[in-house]
Amino acid sequence: MLNYTLRRLAFAVPTVLVISLIVFLMLDMAPGDPTASLPLTIPPEVREQMRLALGLGDPVLVRYVKWLHMMVVVEPSHMIANATGWNIGVEGPRILSWQTRSPVGDIIVQRMPQTLWVVGLGYLFGILIAVPIGVISAYRQYSWFDQAGTFVSMVGFSVPTFFTGVVFILIFSVWLGWFPSMYDTTHQVRDWDSFVFQVRQIAMPVAVLALFNASQISRFMRASMLDNLNQDYVRTARAKGLREKTVVLVHVLRNSMIPVVTVIAIGIPTVFTGAIITEQIFRVNGLGDALIRAIYVSDWPMVQTITFIFAILIVLFNLIADVLYGILDPRIRYD
Amino acid sequence: MPDGSAPVLDVRDLKTVFRTRAGDIHAVNAVSFDLRPGELLGVVGESGSGKSVTMMSLIGLLPTPPADVCDGTAMLAGQDLLRMGPEALRAVRGRDIGFVFQDPMTSLNPVFTVGFQIMEPLRRHMGMDKAQARRRAAELLALVGIPDPERRLKDFPHQFSGGMRQRVMIAIALACDPKVLIADEPTTALDVTIQAQILELVKELRARLGMAIIWITHDLGVIAGIADRVMVMYGGQVVEHGRVRDVFADPAHPYTRALLQTVPKLREPREAQLRVIEGQPPLLGAHPAACPFRARCGQAFDRCARENPARRPVGAQGHDVACHWDHRSGAPA
Repeated sequence: MLNYTLRRLAFAVPTVLVISLIVFLMLDMAPGDPTASLPLTIPPEVREQMRLALGLGDPVLVRYVKWLHMMVVVEPSHMIANATGWNIGVEGPRILSWQTRSPVGDIIVQRMPQTLWVVGLGYLFGILIAVPIGVISAYRQYSWFDQAGTFVSMVGFSVPTFFTGVVFILIFSVWLGWFPSMYDTTHQVRDWDSFVFQVRQIAMPVAVLALFNASQISRFMRASMLDNLNQDYVRTARAKGLREKTVVLVHVLRNSMIPVVTVIAIGIPTVFTGAIITEQIFRVNGLGDALIRAIYVSDWPMVQTITFIFAILIVLFNLIADVLYGILDPRIRYD
Repeated sequence: MPDGSAPVLDVRDLKTVFRTRAGDIHAVNAVSFDLRPGELLGVVGESGSGKSVTMMSLIGLLPTPPADVCDGTAMLAGQDLLRMGPEALRAVRGRDIGFVFQDPMTSLNPVFTVGFQIMEPLRRHMGMDKAQARRRAAELLALVGIPDPERRLKDFPHQFSGGMRQRVMIAIALACDPKVLIADEPTTALDVTIQAQILELVKELRARLGMAIIWITHDLGVIAGIADRVMVMYGGQVVEHGRVRDVFADPAHPYTRALLQTVPKLREPREAQLRVIEGQPPLLGAHPAACPFRARCGQAFDRCARENPARRPVGAQGHDVACHWDHRSGAPA
């Protein structure tokens, strides 16, 4: 297993490199210009000099290699230095956002916590809701609980988050006034009252994401449970005189979790990208928000870096899903 | 084989109906049989004849709904299995009645070790702790002829061959020293040499442990080889029952006769075509007020369509048949 994981990690490196090149080239070919949003009164020569100052004078491959060097060498060493205080001794210019002229890495570090809190909690609650619903729905197939659960998950799955988000704001902020409609990132939790406020302001974006994720995962869970409930080994477990709880929650659930865990693992990075919309609606200035704003103003270093991080996450969690599969299912052998 | 002693299992007038949207299916209809200690009862019949459903009805393994075990008694050690609550029945399953199923490839849970699966009933019914259960599980694996049992306990089902898995299933079924072992076509999914090994193993285990066995099969050769008595089922009913040698030597029911004729003969000249029983098994939707076999029966006459025959004794002691036609005289009985 370890051998397999290392081999897969080694293969992941060229995959990620190719992805980074494609991302870089596509953005380079995309229409739009970093100086386009500047006032029209700026003369063309000055405009050209600004472009050269941003490093756009070099051939595209040179710019790619420079960016890659900063991305995989300079930025990580800064991260390590900021986090632990150790100086590895790698110096050099960092990736700068064209829009703000500050290092992209710092912006991402600032934006990460709120994304992780909101999106992470949304995903976590989604899983916690989805698994029991899926299990009960499958066990009591066609009961009123199953019918209701299937209906809600169909609605939750087919209605996009930008719609549920707005509906939530309308009901709970505008009409009922229970929760604030905007997420205040500067708010700090110091005492009980500020903690309550934090819970209130995070409740709606988390609920919207949790509903969406739970709809998806509970359908997988239900289908997987149904697949397994009719298996012969379930009859064997009952014939052994085991308690129904043991039969369902040990024998069936353990088998049903195999595909579901894989889906959950693969879904983690897509949640980062999917949260772009939810972050916009609730004004959470997280990573998704940073990406959207960077795209608006053609801030290519920012877009490249965030997209590249998403790509790494996707490759990484695919690998994690495969490894989990091998751990959960003894029939899978990777060597 | 033991005879005359009180039966361990006594089933009377068992009736199971599947209540479906398309109407009731009378899957088991007034089935009665008994099983004496140490005896091996063979149950034969084609697919859909109600062999498995009968046995599953006894211990509540059928999903309800749609199944409804609506009539009859099944006495095991003075208790009626059909009147027991689900909790009491659960205590009987695996402890007093062991089950071996048809397909060993799918009957074991793929994600748990074989040891875990053998230890489960031991810990549930016998109150053993982990170490005791592990010791007993290793003994059981050795008993069913699996070499190096301590090490194999840690293996998963996919690391065993089909025959070995069926041995594991037998070990699970025998874990708590059951009074009755129900084997539902345990050799059907195995190739012939492995079948022979499993048959030998069961014969040997029966001689050693003395439990009574119900062996469901559609292989008449297997019945001839190991059973003491045989019960032939058709359309959810017992059509003939008796000691193996009596039934095979003097089959009284047209279905049994036809069934025995379908077996190719080794020592006689080869026939151009294998013999078959013409027609289809009955649909069990209509209420069983007529003989289920009449549509395929060469001897059927008007009474067969009016009245479902009751079992009546013929010839040797303990031999009975459910047929209006008398095979000896060749005339209605």
